[in-house]
Amino acid sequence: MQVGLMHYLVLSALLFCTGLYGVVTRRNAVAILMGIELMLNAANINLVAFNRYVTPAAVGGQVFALVIITLAACEAAVGLALVLAAYRSLETTQVDEINIMKW
Amino acid sequence: MSWVLELLKAIGLTVVIFTFLAVVTAMIGVYLERKIAGWIQARLGPKHVGPQGLLQTVADTVKLLQKEHITPRRADVLMFNAAPVVVAVAALLDWVVIPFGTLGSRVLIVRDINIGVLYFSAMASITVLGIITAGWSSNNKYALLGGLRSASQLISYELPLALGILWAAMVAGTLSTVGIVEAQIQQGGWFLFTLPPPVGRLGAPFGILAAVTFLVAATAEVNRVPFDLPEAESELVAGYFVEYTGMRFALFQLGEYGEMFGMAALATIMFLGGWAEPHLAPYLWVAVALGTFVVAAVILLTARHSLIIRPILILALLTAAVSLLMSVGIHLPSIVWFLLKLFTLVFFLMWVRWTYPRLRLDQLLNLSWKVLLPLGLLNLLATALVLTLGGR
Amino acid sequence: MGELGVFIILALVTLIPAVVVVTSHNIVRAALSLVPSFLGVTGLYILLQAEFLAGIQVLIYVGAITVLLLFVIMLTEGGTGVRLRQVNEQVPLGAMAAVWLAFVIIVILTRTVWPIGAGSPPPYNAVAIGNAFMTDYVLIFEATSLVLLVSLIGAIVTARGEE
Repeated sequence: MQVGLMHYLVLSALLFCTGLYGVVTRRNAVAILMGIELMLNAANINLVAFNRYVTPAAVGGQVFALVIITLAACEAAVGLALVLAAYRSLETTQVDEINIMKW
Repeated sequence: MSWVLELLKAIGLTVVIFTFLAVVTAMIGVYLERKIAGWIQARLGPKHVGPQGLLQTVADTVKLLQKEHITPRRADVLMFNAAPVVVAVAALLDWVVIPFGTLGSRVLIVRDINIGVLYFSAMASITVLGIITAGWSSNNKYALLGGLRSASQLISYELPLALGILWAAMVAGTLSTVGIVEAQIQQGGWFLFTLPPPVGRLGAPFGILAAVTFLVAATAEVNRVPFDLPEAESELVAGYFVEYTGMRFALFQLGEYGEMFGMAALATIMFLGGWAEPHLAPYLWVAVALGTFVVAAVILLTARHSLIIRPILILALLTAAVSLLMSVGIHLPSIVWFLLKLFTLVFFLMWVRWTYPRLRLDQLLNLSWKVLLPLGLLNLLATALVLTLGGR
Repeated sequence: MGELGVFIILALVTLIPAVVVVTSHNIVRAALSLVPSFLGVTGLYILLQAEFLAGIQVLIYVGAITVLLLFVIMLTEGGTGVRLRQVNEQVPLGAMAAVWLAFVIIVILTRTVWPIGAGSPPPYNAVAIGNAFMTDYVLIFEATSLVLLVSLIGAIVTARGEE
């Protein structure tokens, strides 16, 4: 049996939902960011699979995936800088303890 | 079922290259390091074990193998055991894309991946993870601090390393290592001194700047002096591998030496022409041989320390032999040229190690971010400008 | 047939560490499990004949983003190894939502007919992507580099604190 487009789509759906479970249930802010990275990877697999099977001669999907990787790096940097700044003044990284607007 | 054959061939070649490189880089590298250190410091290196001390590394390995495996209490055992493996494997995996020469019409390389140098720099960036894991899982505050210091040094120097690699890939027009060497063969000169025509020899400053950027970044990437603050014995009790004993410590050292040789190999491929032999007319080769004899005679007559004479005489003899063979017209196999250039660069790296003092952490990071990164970027820009104006 | 075997191995290497990432109580172990997951995705890119993307994935995700996550974990309270409760009270609801969403997505995807295109991928992936960035997608390229610059300056200023 050949590996078709469907295999990659199912895999990326499972990876996406694993990341989603991580974002929804974890308490540590850094763990939430890890779940977001998993979801971005799932989207990338989807894009590259579509590129390979639907329009193999063009590279648009891979260009899109490269841009997503770059933006994921930016977003991880900014998000982690925010976590560090919040930890410095609130002394916690558990997101359900950061629930009042003024400290 | 041809894929089974391909898979077995790939696994077999990888095993061969791992064991071969483990022997060559660890044994010969450590022996060379100690002998060259002795020569620079006006003393003899190891000379008791085996003829001329050649079996010293074997003795060291046997000593390390019979030491006790200590795991610190409350250390994370899985990560503690995995960290040296990650460092050693990542350092050896980047030899997959190094071509050793040509045999007939086949290039001696494990796999000519068409993103070769990108793969190399990706493998070099995996060692950072092994170091952080080693530092954290030792359950030791000095190891953790040393690991974080080393990791910040390594990620800071990945950028000038990648810029040096990008320069060579841009000038050659391809990311494959075999392609870079063949571009140098086609243009008839090393990238260190010449750029593609019509720029020619005017491109020497760009090549030298790119090579210097790459070599400084490579020295910092393998944690060698003058950048070895994270692993110096007097700083933080030798940093991230303080809790490792016996064979796991040897695996870290194997990773470090393997990666140093790998960086030197990539530098010979990118800047010194890989396996290509220098094109000189026969009378020039004879002139080189005569010049070597003159230098050797001068040193023999004027040197006072007998310790310095012998290695220089050996080197002079080697150069004279190679030049005479080339002038007669006997072409040495390309793998010999590759190894000659590789060991010249390794000698240069070891020479730097035993000459310069260690840099402090903030001096190290300043050098990377404020000096090498702008220089690398400007070099890339200027070379692109020159190549475009030259009509490429 | 060999391709299917490799795909299944890579899928397991991607999904099982991903489950460890979202359920482990030791946050450093969770961050380190991201590495085999990303390497599995790299293998999938190579299987999809996108080698340049695979190289960039290892270089950036494994070499930079994971290191950044580990640094921040060690600079905040995760590095002390204290046994805090790592999951909140929405676990059953979150699990149900994730499973249901996976089911819906898979049903929708398998029932659509995708137009499988003819043609073959370009021989040199990096060259094709480079050309595309310089001709068709140059605006995205410039905008992305601007976003990179702005976000890195912002991250440095935010993390530095008041001095």
